[in-house]
Amino acid sequence: MKLQEYQSKVLFTMYNIPIPSGGVADNLQEVRQISSELGGKVIIKAQVLVGGRGKAGGVRIAKTIDEAVEFADQILKMEIKGLPVTKVLVEEAMSIEKEIYLSISSDRNSQKPILMASSAGGVDIEEVSRITPEKITKRIIDPLLGLRDYQLRDVAINIDLDRSYWQDFSEIVNNLWRVYVESDASLVEVNPLVLTPDGKLFALDAKIILDDNALFRHPNLVELRDKGEESNAELDGRKLGISFIRMNGNIGCLVNGAGLAMATMDIIKNMGGEPANFLDIGGGANADKVAESLRLILSDPNVKAILINVFGGITRCDEVAKGVVNACKMIHIDKPIVVRLVGTNDEEGLRILKGTKLTPAKSLTEAARIAVKQASEVQA
Amino acid sequence: MSILANKDTRLLVQGITGTEGLFHTEQMMLYKTNIVAGVTPGKGGDWVLNGKIPVFDSVQTAVEVTGANASVIFVPARFVGDAIFEAVDAAIPLIVCITEGTPVQDMMRVKQYLSGRNTRLIGPNCPGLLTPGETKIGIIPGNISIPGNIGVVSRSGTLTYEVLYALKENNMGVSTCIGIGGDPVKGMGFVETLELFEADANTDVIVMIGEIGGNDEEKAAEFISQHLTKPVVSFIAGFTAPPGKRMGHAGAIIEGKSGTAESKITALQSVGVKIARSPEEIPGLINL
Repeated sequence: MKLQEYQSKVLFTMYNIPIPSGGVADNLQEVRQISSELGGKVIIKAQVLVGGRGKAGGVRIAKTIDEAVEFADQILKMEIKGLPVTKVLVEEAMSIEKEIYLSISSDRNSQKPILMASSAGGVDIEEVSRITPEKITKRIIDPLLGLRDYQLRDVAINIDLDRSYWQDFSEIVNNLWRVYVESDASLVEVNPLVLTPDGKLFALDAKIILDDNALFRHPNLVELRDKGEESNAELDGRKLGISFIRMNGNIGCLVNGAGLAMATMDIIKNMGGEPANFLDIGGGANADKVAESLRLILSDPNVKAILINVFGGITRCDEVAKGVVNACKMIHIDKPIVVRLVGTNDEEGLRILKGTKLTPAKSLTEAARIAVKQASEVQA
Repeated sequence: MSILANKDTRLLVQGITGTEGLFHTEQMMLYKTNIVAGVTPGKGGDWVLNGKIPVFDSVQTAVEVTGANASVIFVPARFVGDAIFEAVDAAIPLIVCITEGTPVQDMMRVKQYLSGRNTRLIGPNCPGLLTPGETKIGIIPGNISIPGNIGVVSRSGTLTYEVLYALKENNMGVSTCIGIGGDPVKGMGFVETLELFEADANTDVIVMIGEIGGNDEEKAAEFISQHLTKPVVSFIAGFTAPPGKRMGHAGAIIEGKSGTAESKITALQSVGVKIARSPEEIPGLINL
């Protein structure tokens, strides 16, 4: 789960990580008020959960209060990479002596937290990683012991930070580590951490991504969820207890198991079709869940045919078949559906499907071929 | 593969009195897995399944009383970290964790704790392991596989069953099937499992089921080129997956340019692994 910059900065403040003065605004009155309090020389930043705000014109520096309001007005009307801007952060503009990149994240390769820092701050870190990787210092953090003091000194030296700033820097990184651990983050990033001409360090930007698996123990953070992060369909899916991701094709998929659901989409593509969605219904595919899942799939007007693929282990195929048949009675379905069942009680399941409008299939490849053919035959 | 588990393994079930724990304990017993104890804190002294299995308050007590030497974990995600620490501290050599949804940092701490200790962890978020005809630890249906000489290792659940079933339909049997699970931070990965299969006299061919996310398959490719003599057939799921989205499994996500199905397929093909375009193609590729 992604947090907005302004939300991340609230957390930073709670953990004594210095940030510029400012506030979030969703209307021009608030922008005017905050800009006045800050003396007019402010930076207006679009609050959206995507990168590249600057390039899209979503970050502007204003010299006067009127300019601030004018820029905020423009930015609040923007859409950046498909996401509407509904809030802006208004902050005091700061003079920058040095820009540092700093992050702590969950490193998949080492299976541990990793601290990354670079004196090439304020730019796209992926590009730095590609073009001048030697400019990035990485240190693996022992998840049981935490950050060691010597690691902090090591990093400070590697990013050419003057000795006089080591203490402040260490304090900030230690606090960043506490944010990472205590909020169960997968990423806590400051790009840039700036050194001002009068020798102070500030987090000019803040990015926090939380581990979805840990949200159950952070109800206060869950409240901060931005609706813009997921599509409505994905949100509905989550409420149902299924995994749902909208895709661009016209063959809807309903599968039990994430790996199998991905494989089903792959095989549809192999057969010349395009999957309309990823859907993992998980265990227990009963009639209600199947009906709601089908409704979700069919909410996409592009869907021309549906492939249901269930491997029955604990899940019984005859129960699934009954569920599908009942679901078709519960909601109006006018698209062809091929149902592939294999596993526990599969023969019984396929028998239940006989005489209905549903096409039974035993092999996944065959089911995909049928679905692709059915989709191509449906009139637009 | 009798290195990890066989009919003599003495299994305890952590979370035995929960719905999942109870149901799957019964399924494992039907498969003749040797289950000697269950652990649910607070329910010590109870018996489950018509008086067949004693329940203990702690793993340590269960081990002392019954000599259990493996554990399967069904406790809810919020308790998984603690449950694994408890089993490791009781010196259990093999832990299989089925639970999905464990916080990543919990697993990082667990993994660090395991380093230098003699416990093997499989999972979390996995279906467990199956040695057909001998034992199963976890939730892999027993009737979809027959004993044989093919080692199967997979990050998936039902996709694994799909593969076992396809093999069985072609009269091909399995030495051991290990589900290593779909989480980004986990116990055994592909490399450790391939190492065991290479050393196992009962395994002649290996089937590897991967998916998008991480670089476990790429690491496996490197291992295969340097240390593996046995042939490998692989299916990698997710070449149609959009980047940046978590596809069900916590570990199934393409981040930036890394973790794509293409990169895994390329890495594996370059070291001689045969790539199937669907699970149903796997038996044919083994026979080639």
